[in-house]
Amino acid sequence: MSATAAPSPVRPTLSELFRAFAVVSVSGFGGALPWARRKIVEQKHWMTAEEFNEAFALSQFLPGPNVVNFSVVFGSRFGGAPGAAVALAGLMGPPLVIVTVLAVLYARFGDLEILSRVLAGITAAAVGLLIAVVAKMAAPMFRKRWDWAPLVAIAAFIGVAIMQWPLPLVFVALAPVSVALAWVTR
Amino acid sequence: MNDNPLVSLFGYFALLSLFAVGGANAAIPEMHRIAVEVMHWMTDRQFADSFAIAQVSPGPNIIIVTLIGYHVAGLPGAAVATTAMCGPTCIVAFLVARIWDRFKEARWRIAIQAGLVPVSLGLIAASAFVLARSADHNIYAAIITAVTALVGFATRINPLWIFAVGGLLGLTGLL
Repeated sequence: MSATAAPSPVRPTLSELFRAFAVVSVSGFGGALPWARRKIVEQKHWMTAEEFNEAFALSQFLPGPNVVNFSVVFGSRFGGAPGAAVALAGLMGPPLVIVTVLAVLYARFGDLEILSRVLAGITAAAVGLLIAVVAKMAAPMFRKRWDWAPLVAIAAFIGVAIMQWPLPLVFVALAPVSVALAWVTR
Repeated sequence: MNDNPLVSLFGYFALLSLFAVGGANAAIPEMHRIAVEVMHWMTDRQFADSFAIAQVSPGPNIIIVTLIGYHVAGLPGAAVATTAMCGPTCIVAFLVARIWDRFKEARWRIAIQAGLVPVSLGLIAASAFVLARSADHNIYAAIITAVTALVGFATRINPLWIFAVGGLLGLTGLL
């Protein structure tokens, strides 16, 4: 990153970190990222937009849930290990309490006809949103005339969805090939 | 694997945590394979229900592991599954964050990231496939899925509205 924009001078305390991520987590229906950006860049000025994008690029590079990674990356930048722990606790704490209550309710009422109907409707809709995510990701990839990337995506799909092979196996077989192709073709 | 469900929960989810490129949505097929097909912890419908609950809950979607863990072994199961799914990747994130500046411009780093995008795309498509198979068992559910896919692709509407409409249509008993 170029040094054109000065780093943001405002630094959060540990309790501010916790509260910020707690607020982000409960506001973040369907993706916490826009909320995190609003809170951190626009409201609190803890990071410039470029720093935020940089930290998020790192979170995407890592395996696992992006937002969880982001809380650790962000928290550790401002408060080392305690900062990372506090940001993670803020992000996961309130949703964990809520979802545990829902788990208890589901264990008790999951067999109710009316509940399973509602959940079936939500699942059908959520699957549609997943397909939309896939289409949005795939559009730029398939727009290129001929390329290796769609073949890798199709192979991953067939391995996991059709053949039902274990994910780690498919990953270990495909990822090195895909990375090597990315290395060679750029 | 071990008879103790907590040990199995921890082992499977800790491993999955390191292979879940693309986040929670990419990990769904493997969770389904383990929880429904291999370990028989839950039925197909219970898995789909857990997915739906995680979608409408606030917070990261990865929280579905908390629901699976609770279903398998109550509160200890929920705690173990969540820790296993977040722990390894958080430790990696913490360590990599300190040396990121040294290799963020490196060609191998860019190649890894570019190479993993199509893998995660295939995995997320697999998630949609696996879930559609358990959710869309009649024409009305399939129509909801198709319409939602179009709306989700063409607009930036808040997903909560889509879930609300889906839930209401489900309530009518069509599905």
